[in-house]
Parts: sequence; C-alpha cells; structure tokens
Amino acid sequence: MLMTHELVLQIRDLRKAFGEQKVLEGIDLDVRKGETLTILGRSGSGKSVLLKLIIGLQKPDSGSIRIGDAEVTGMAGDQLDEIRKKIGFLFQYSALYDSLTVEENVAFPLRRHTRMPDHERRERVRELLARVGMEEASAKMPGDISGGMKKRVGLARGLAMEPELMLMDEPTAGLDPVTAGEIIDLILELQRARNMTSVVVTHEMQTVRAVSDRIAMLHEGAIRVEGTFEDLKRSHDSLVEAFVKQGMEEEPCHA
Amino acid sequence: MKKLFLPMFEWFGELGLFSNGLARAAVKPPYELREAVRQMDEVGSKSLPLVALAGAAMGVVLSMHTRDSLIRFGAESLQPAVIVMSIIQETGPIITALVVCGRVAAGIGAELGSMKVTEQIDAIEASAVNPFKFLVATRVLACCCMLPLLTLAADFTGILMGWVATTAADPISFNLYWEQGTKSLAFRDFLPATFRTAVFGLIIGLIGCFQGIRTKGGTEGVGRSATGAVVLASLFVIVADVLLVRLILIFFR
Repeated sequence: MLMTHELVLQIRDLRKAFGEQKVLEGIDLDVRKGETLTILGRSGSGKSVLLKLIIGLQKPDSGSIRIGDAEVTGMAGDQLDEIRKKIGFLFQYSALYDSLTVEENVAFPLRRHTRMPDHERRERVRELLARVGMEEASAKMPGDISGGMKKRVGLARGLAMEPELMLMDEPTAGLDPVTAGEIIDLILELQRARNMTSVVVTHEMQTVRAVSDRIAMLHEGAIRVEGTFEDLKRSHDSLVEAFVKQGMEEEPCHA
Repeated sequence: MKKLFLPMFEWFGELGLFSNGLARAAVKPPYELREAVRQMDEVGSKSLPLVALAGAAMGVVLSMHTRDSLIRFGAESLQPAVIVMSIIQETGPIITALVVCGRVAAGIGAELGSMKVTEQIDAIEASAVNPFKFLVATRVLACCCMLPLLTLAADFTGILMGWVATTAADPISFNLYWEQGTKSLAFRDFLPATFRTAVFGLIIGLIGCFQGIRTKGGTEGVGRSATGAVVLASLFVIVADVLLVRLILIFFR
C-alpha cells in the first residue's frame, strides 16, 4: 500500500567536504511520493554534489540518506545497485553514451537489468522515445543531435526502469527559452501522467516556478529557505529576493 | 625528491586499488560477453593491418641486416634460422606489443577519459552497472586474448617478408628457407615467447583503462590521459619483457 504522504527520500544532517572546502554542512530534506522538490542555488553551491550523494556516486562525510526504507549512505556494490535501479538520473550534460545510438542508449538499462525479449524491449524503447518526442531520431548518434534533444533522450533513458524517484540535474540549463519550455512541458506531463516523484536541481527560475511543488534554497552549505514559490515571494531574504525577482520578470509560458 | 616520489607511490597505490576493484568485479557473474567480443574486434581485427605491416617491415630489415654480418663470418647458411628465431622469440612479440601500445592504449585512455569528463562513466554507475565490469574488464580481457594472436600475425608476415628479402638478395626456395629456419626451433621456444604477450596485453589494457578512468580536467585531461597511457604502457611492457625473458629462460631451458 502506497500512501500519498509516504516519504520517498529523507535526508538528515548531511555533510560533505572536499579537502578544506566544505560543500554541504548539515542538510535536512524530505521528499514525499508524487512531489517535485526543486533545489535552487547559485552555481557552485553544492546542488549537483547533493544529487550525486543521493545516488551514491559520491560518499557523504556524515549524515543519513534514506530512500524508501533503505539507508543508502553505507551501501556499496550489489546492494547499492538494487537501490539505483529504482532511481532515474538526468545528467546536466545528458551524458549519453557516445558509442551507442539514441535507441541503444535508452535500451541500455533495460538490456542490463531486465530479461525482456527483444521485441518487447524495442517496443518499450519506442514508447519511451515517443513520450519525449524523439522517436524520429532513434537511429541517430548522440553526437548528431542538439543539446535539447540530448536532454530528452537522457530523460527517456532515466525513465526506462520506471524509477520511483527521478533526479534531474539542471534539466533546462544552457537551452534556449523555447526548448527549455518544451522540456518543462515534458516534466509537467510526466508529473501528471506518472505521478512522478522528483528532485530537480536548477538555478533557472522559469523551471523552478513551473515544475516545483516545493523549493529548497541552498546557500553556503545549508538550506536557506524552504517552501512553495509563493512562500519564497513573501521572503525578505535578499538572496531569495534576487532569485524571485528574476523569476517574476520572465513570465513563464507554463502556469 | 619528495615531489618526485610521492606522486609515483600514489600512482602505484591507486593502480593497486584499481586492480583490486577490477579483479573483484571481473570474477562475479553476469559476464559482459557481448561487450567483450566487441572490444576484441576493436583491439584485434582493427590492429591487424598495422601489426602485420610492422611485422613485415621487421622481417625485411632483419634479413638485410643479418645478411651483411653473416657473410662477413661466412655463415650465410644460418640466415633463415637467425631470422625465424629472432622474429619468433623477440622481434615479433615486442613489436606487436609496442604497436598495440600506441594504438590501443592511447585509444582506451582517450575513450574512457572522455567518458569520464562527460559523466558517461557516472551515468553507467548511476544505472546500476559496474563500470569496472562493463568498461574495464572487457577491455583488459580483449587485450590479453588478442595480443598473442596479433603476435602470430606479426611472426607470420615477418618470416614471410624475411624470405622475400632474402630471396631478392640470393634466391632460395621458401621450402628450404622454412626448413632451415625451423630446424632448431622447438615448441618450448615458440609457445612461451608468444604467450608471454598476454601479459603485455594485461599491461596495455590495465594501464590504458586506469589512465582513462582517473582523468581529471576536461579535454586537456583527456589528452594527458592518452599520452600517459601510451608512455607508461610502453615503458612497463619493455620492463616486463626483460623480466619475462629471464623467467622463460629459467623455466623453459
């Protein structure tokens, strides 16, 4: 039985430093099922590091990360891989495999982790690519498609295993406003259709405003403010105001 | 002094940890056979023309060089034996290994290096696939298996072109050349000499992958990894050759 308020991700007092440089100094976050939490912050505030800690690509110095019922901070090897299968990850620069076609990229997790027969897998990949509007490009190599298209394919690859939690690192950074808008539409569509639970890291207010249920602002290693966009608008914190002002200027085409 | 030695020890330490991770990942099923076969094609078939050409050139050069010296000592009739023996025991294996160092170690270093800096290796890990197993083990295995085969190819073209060059100077039938060349050759000369190249393959694959995976610092880092892979792999191949020849002489004579 899944309850609507069930916690998918729970982070407590998470700390991480690289040498002398303290990146995260005690982060607490909760993400409930079906919810989209956006981590907002300036470049270099440790947003991407936070995502990498969640999926275990880096190890925290201390603190706890629970995904569902499992504490992942101490995990390694097969145990960690079992958790990773339940998480989708969209990388900042998409990180598609250069040597594989678009279709093979999306098929990669399925090929590794399921015993699907070939025709079923092909059908599933076609369906995933259709969902992100990329079926036309299935035979192309990642080098031959644009940045926005790569993000779409990356998203399809992240969704291939029907993840319980989707992590997105800057889904719209570096894209023109129209393409960014298309990616945002896609995320909204996935939220509606699949009741997707996700953590989105970004510094773009257009994205924040459109996709977030809740926003956590990361600054100097700690959560500065947490709440809805409306809450942030009411804040008198100068840093929050600077971000919100930018968001108000760019009227989002997706409300 | 400290500046020179500390990074070196660090490098060896990391290589040790890397090999440990690789060994653990490699023995555990499921095996990435498809990918391993793809890599064998990449390492083996695609290096074949280069290796064959290098072997052929060696055969010609050996024939030209030895002819001069042997005539001086009046031992011309030994020429086929000298050519065949030196190609099979040393020239074939080492030339193959060095050519493959240049092509494959650089290729692996650059490929894994760019995968690393574009987060593709993170992506593999994030999709619950062990990059050691998928990327490293397959490449190391491919190098180990393919080097002895490539060495055979270099031996073959070397011996053949050695005959062509010898015949051009002083005609001799291939049968006679082959008979004289292999008369004193036993399997214990041939097998260890050829199969020691599997160790060279291990070195090439391991160092190529290691340099690639520890790449830092964007495209510049990728260039450094590729260069480092070739230089270190060649160096270790040559050092390993000295040790292996000594060991072979102890155990097979």
